Amino acid sequence: MSAKARIELRPTPHIHAPQDVTVIMRNVVLACLPLAGWAVWQYGLSAALLGVTVVASCLLTEWLFGRGETLRDWSAVITGLLLFLTLPPGFPLWMGAVAGVTAIGLGKTLFGGLGMNVFNPALVGRAFVQAAFPVAITTWTPPFFEGRFSGLIPTTLTLPFTIPPETSRWAGAVAVDAFTGATPLALAKFQQSLSPATDLFLGTTAGSAGESSALLVLVCGLYLAARKMLDWRIPVSVLAGAALTAALFHLLDPERHPDAGFTLLSGGLMLGAWFMATDMVGSPVTPRGVVIYGLLIGVVTVVIRLFGGLTEGVMYAILLGNAATPLIDQLTQPRVFGEKRR
Amino acid sequence: MRLFRRKTFSHGIHPPDHKAETAHSPIRRLPFPPRLVVPLDQHIGKPAVPLVHKGQEVVRGEPIARADGFLSAPVHAPATGRVRDIRPMPTARDRLTPCILIDVYEAATQEVLWHYPWQPRKMDRQALIQAVREMGLVGLGGAAFPSHVKLSVPEDKPAHTLVVNGCECEPYLSCDHRVMVEQPAELLRGVRYALRATGAKRAIIGIEDNKPDAIRLLQKLTAEEPAIEVEAVATKYPQGSEKMLIRSLMGLEVPAGGIPLDIGVVVNNVGTLAMLGALLPQGEALTERVITVTGPGVQRPGNYRVPLGTPIGFVLREAGYRGEAGDFVLGGPMMGPSVSDLRTPITKGSSGLLVLDEAAVRRESPRTWPCIHCGRCVNACPMRLNPAMLGRLAAAGEYQRMAAKYHLSDCFECGSCSWICPARIPLVQQFRVAKQWLRDQERRKRHAAPPRQQPLEASGKEVRAA
Ligand code: SF4
Ligand code: SF4
Repeated sequence: MSAKARIELRPTPHIHAPQDVTVIMRNVVLACLPLAGWAVWQYGLSAALLGVTVVASCLLTEWLFGRGETLRDWSAVITGLLLFLTLPPGFPLWMGAVAGVTAIGLGKTLFGGLGMNVFNPALVGRAFVQAAFPVAITTWTPPFFEGRFSGLIPTTLTLPFTIPPETSRWAGAVAVDAFTGATPLALAKFQQSLSPATDLFLGTTAGSAGESSALLVLVCGLYLAARKMLDWRIPVSVLAGAALTAALFHLLDPERHPDAGFTLLSGGLMLGAWFMATDMVGSPVTPRGVVIYGLLIGVVTVVIRLFGGLTEGVMYAILLGNAATPLIDQLTQPRVFGEKRR
Repeated sequence: MRLFRRKTFSHGIHPPDHKAETAHSPIRRLPFPPRLVVPLDQHIGKPAVPLVHKGQEVVRGEPIARADGFLSAPVHAPATGRVRDIRPMPTARDRLTPCILIDVYEAATQEVLWHYPWQPRKMDRQALIQAVREMGLVGLGGAAFPSHVKLSVPEDKPAHTLVVNGCECEPYLSCDHRVMVEQPAELLRGVRYALRATGAKRAIIGIEDNKPDAIRLLQKLTAEEPAIEVEAVATKYPQGSEKMLIRSLMGLEVPAGGIPLDIGVVVNNVGTLAMLGALLPQGEALTERVITVTGPGVQRPGNYRVPLGTPIGFVLREAGYRGEAGDFVLGGPMMGPSVSDLRTPITKGSSGLLVLDEAAVRRESPRTWPCIHCGRCVNACPMRLNPAMLGRLAAAGEYQRMAAKYHLSDCFECGSCSWICPARIPLVQQFRVAKQWLRDQERRKRHAAPPRQQPLEASGKEVRAA
C-alpha cells in the first residue's frame, strides 16, 4: 500500500441497503406496465396515445419546473402512468395533457417536489379533470371493440376547448356485445344489476383504462409487495375496510346494496388499494397508522359509492386518507422501547 | 417451541453479514510493529495519567499510566522497549489525544515480564473487582467502558443475572466468534469470575444463531453447570446492543434512559470475559486484543491478535492492502468510526479494522433524495423511535423538539435507520449533530450565570450556519 493513500471519512453506517429511491421507483414503473399494456390491448390505439400523452405531459411539467435532475428518479413516470390508468380510454388527448400538467404542477411541484406533496399527484390530476370535464370523464368505451388497432375512439382527437362528439351511436355500432355505456358500478347503482364476478376479475368490462382487471392489478401489486416496495398492510386493510362495510350494508338491505365480492372487484378499488393508497409519500409511517389509514380509505370508498352522488369513491377516499396522514402519524406513535405502557 | 418463536426483539435490520470471509480463519498473532502509539484514553471516562517519562525503558505488561479516579482505567506497556515520547497523536476518537510512543526492542522475546500477585481462588468480590481494575480491562466489544465499574454492583441495587453478549451482530466482524470457539475454557472461567464479582445467581450467554458451532460447543461445556445457560438468539442487527439482547433473552425492557442494572442485569461481552479468564490466573494486564481485519481489498482477511497501540497502517501492511484509497473503519461498518490517519492505533475498544476500497466506497456513496415517507426507518428502529420525523426536524434545526417530543436521547446511533433509508438521508449523522448541539447548549446554560434570555430558535440557526 502506498504511504499516502487517499482516505475517505464517512459517517456511520458505512453500508446501506441496496434499494434506493431510484430502484423502488423503477420497479413501480415496471409493475404498472402490464396494467398499461392490458389497457392498450382492451382499447387499442386510443389508449396507447392517451398513455403516451399523459406520461409525456407529466415529464415535461417536471422538467419545466426546473427540476430537470429529478427526472431521473422516475417518480414523474409513475404519476403519469397511474394517472393514465384512472382515465377513460377515450378521454380526449388534450384533456389528458391538462390532467398531467395539473398532477405534477399542482399536486407535486407546488408542495415542493418529491416527498413534500401531501396528496397523491396522480389523483390530484384526476380530481381536477373530473371537476373540469365532468362529461368526458364519464364517457366509457366498450372494451375489445372492433378495429381498435386501426382506428381511434371518436373522442380521442377532440380539439381543445371544443365539445367532444357524442359516442353512444359509435359505441353501439362497434361493441362486441350490447353496450350500455355504463360501468359495472353505475349499473349496480342505478339499475341494481350486478356484472358477473369473473368478468370483473378478468377485466372484460368497461371502465377506466387500468381499473378493469382485478386479477392483473393483484398480480402486479403482489410483485411489489414481495419485493417490499409497497407496504402490503395498506392494500389489505383498504380491501378489508371496504369488504366489511359492504358486507354490513348488504346484510341490512340485500336488494339495494351489492355484496362484498362485487365491491372488491369492481371499479378502481383494486387499483386504488394497491397502487394509489400505497404511494409512500401520502401514507403514514407508523405500523398502526398504516392500518388505520387503509381501513379509513376502504370504509369511505364504500360509503361514497352507496350514498354519494358518484358511482366511484376510491379517489376521494384516498385523497381524504392522504389529508389525514399527518394526524394519523401523530396519534399512532409507537411506544418507545423501555417506556411505561400507557 | 424454539422452532416457532426465536428469541428476538422487535424491528431491526438484516444487512448482509460478510462473516464467511473471516469466521473460519483461526486467530493468528501479528508481529510487533517497530513503534507503538498507546493512547491514554482508550476507555470511557477520564484519561489515564502517565507513570513513565521520555527515554525510560518499559517491559511488557508493566503499568505505564494509572487510572484517574474510579471511572477510568490504567494502561500497560504492550511491548518491551523504550518510551520515545509522550505527545498528542490522532486516534480513533477523531482528534489529537495524548499518547505514549514506545520504540519496541527488536530482539526482545516479548514475553510478559511483569506480573501481579493475584490468587483468584482466594479472592472475594472486592478483591476481584480490584484486580479487574488493576489489569486495565474495559469492554472489548467496542464501548470500552471500564469493566470494574460494570462489575461493581451497589448494595441497594443487586444483580440477579449476568448476560454474556456473544451476538457479534455487526457485519464483517468475527473476532468474538473465534474467541468463543478457540478459548471456551477461558471464557467460562471469566464468566465464573464475573458471577462472583457481581453476586449474580445465573449467567446467560446469548449467541446469534448464525454461529451454531459456538452455541453447540458452549452448550456442551456448560451442560453440568446449571448457573450458566447458553441461548441462541435470532440473527438480526442490532441484537448485540445491551437493551435488545436483554429483551430477547429475558423479555424485559430496560427503562428508557436507564441502564441494565436498573432491572438487575449486568451485561458483559464474551471477548471481555474471555480476556478476564485468561489474564487473571496469570497475573497479567491487558496488553493485546483480537481484531478482525477484513473488507473488500484486504488480501489476507482474518482474525489477528495484535498488541494495543499497533498503528493500522502496520496492520494493513501485514494483512495485505494494495488500494490507493479507501474508507478505513475501526470496528464494524454500522457503528465504527472512519479514521483519517494510518498512524491511528488499535486500542482496547477496537474490535475490527474494516477497509472499504475505492470500488466499495463508490458503490456506497450515491446521491441523496428527499424523504419519501416510506416508513422503513420507523419499522427498523429497535428503540421504536420515528427517525423520519426526527430527520425532518433535524433538517429544520428544531433540535429542542426532537429531544422534547421525539425521544432523541433514546437513540443509541445504531444506524439501522440510515442503513435502510432508500433516500440515503444521513439520519444518524443528523442525530449526532443535534445531540452535540443540545449538549453544548446545556453546558453553556450551566456556565453562563445569569442565563441569557436569548431565544433558543435563533441561536440554533447561528450554530448551524457556523
Ligand atoms: S440510529 Fe437511533 S433512530 Fe436510528 S434506528 Fe438506531 S436507535 Fe433508532
Ligand atoms: S427511511 Fe428515509 S425516506 Fe423512508 S421515511 Fe425514513 S427517512 Fe424518509
